[in-house]
Amino acid sequence: MSEHHHHHDHHHDHDHTDPPSDLELRVKSLESLLVEKGLVDPAAIDLLVDAYETKIGPRNGAKVVAKAWSDPAFKKWLLEDATAAIASLGFTGRGGEHMKAVENTAKVHNVVVCTLCSCYPWPVLGLPPVWYKSAPYRSRAVADPRGVLKEFGTGLPEDVEVRVWDSTSEVRYLVLPERPANTDGWSEEQLATLVTRNSMIGVEKARTTDN
Amino acid sequence: MNGAHDLGGMHGFGAINAEPEATEPVFHADWERRVFGMVRAAGALGKWTSDMSRHARERQHPVDYLRHTYYENWLAGLEKQLLESGLLTAEELRTHKAGGKADDATRQRVLTTSDVPRVLVQGSPATLPAEGPPRFQPGQRVRAFNRHPPGHTRAPRYVRGRTGTIHEHRGAHVLPDLSAQGIRAGHHLYSVRFEAAELWGDSAARDCVYVDLWEDYLEPAG
Repeated sequence: MSEHHHHHDHHHDHDHTDPPSDLELRVKSLESLLVEKGLVDPAAIDLLVDAYETKIGPRNGAKVVAKAWSDPAFKKWLLEDATAAIASLGFTGRGGEHMKAVENTAKVHNVVVCTLCSCYPWPVLGLPPVWYKSAPYRSRAVADPRGVLKEFGTGLPEDVEVRVWDSTSEVRYLVLPERPANTDGWSEEQLATLVTRNSMIGVEKARTTDN
Repeated sequence: MNGAHDLGGMHGFGAINAEPEATEPVFHADWERRVFGMVRAAGALGKWTSDMSRHARERQHPVDYLRHTYYENWLAGLEKQLLESGLLTAEELRTHKAGGKADDATRQRVLTTSDVPRVLVQGSPATLPAEGPPRFQPGQRVRAFNRHPPGHTRAPRYVRGRTGTIHEHRGAHVLPDLSAQGIRAGHHLYSVRFEAAELWGDSAARDCVYVDLWEDYLEPAG
């Protein structure tokens, strides 16, 4: 059943993601062994993978953010009890049991990392991108957040406080970006188009209305 | 443990080189899909905790941990756990031939397609009542112990011996240090704010790092 995903495979030129064929064989052999032992059902694996490729991703988080921008009562709830507020929109599951939303303002910018592994709010953002799990990001986000933000094209004035959230427990962080200017009267659906995954990790701001 | 996974503050890894958000796929190869799915499906057998999974990845040789891609580390951790839990023998893993079926009790827990919809929306909360009330209050100054336990811990090296301020009490959560040994114990968890200058030396920027730390990691600071 996984065959229908093959068109997603990207044959790009990063050495670190081009596995040697013995790795592919090792994975196939392990799965066959686990199936033979009766320990895994490959059809269940197909369904799990499909859900994270097609349903559980950053469009969920964008809906949360757009609602918080549109509805002050929801925003208050999100900042007080993010787990419940997010669950009310139907986004629950592994990596979302204990949620915290942190709000960006004109004077505070939040950015999220997991220096020890790859903790990430799966129900709202899906599985993390490669860079979030990589040694360069994990090593530098806590010690040089402004340098990291600059690499993402995000420059901040000196008087803005940068708050880095290191996800060392089962609590997962969602950044609530600032609502872009010139969006008065926009619907939640329109606003959600301005909310990028990276803006909810905090390495970028939300899109502006001119791009 | 002071492993290669504890990366905060290390130098020399170079630029982040993020793939563009709009075009980065969720998985970069089919084998990554299978590893992700196998880890989730094998986890459902209930033989280990997520802290045991993290510790299995961390216990690789540091050179291997850093050289491997992310899902290679997941694969290495999964193989280690399958052996240590007794679900596979070393002989089976080496030859990729099953010595026999798993026992009935284990096979009754196998994740099936009908379980998946429930598994996708149901998490497993880490909250567990602690003995006694929280020892620290918001605003209180605390120091992270300068401890270097050989086992699993979630106190990163860069906060050890450093002083911060309790931001919030997060309730009582399972202590990872014990959970990695298969023992479930609830301990008070706090969000602790550390100023950048305290962690990294004199810094002109008004920056800070918030770290979730268990009461067991902290002592009062003057």
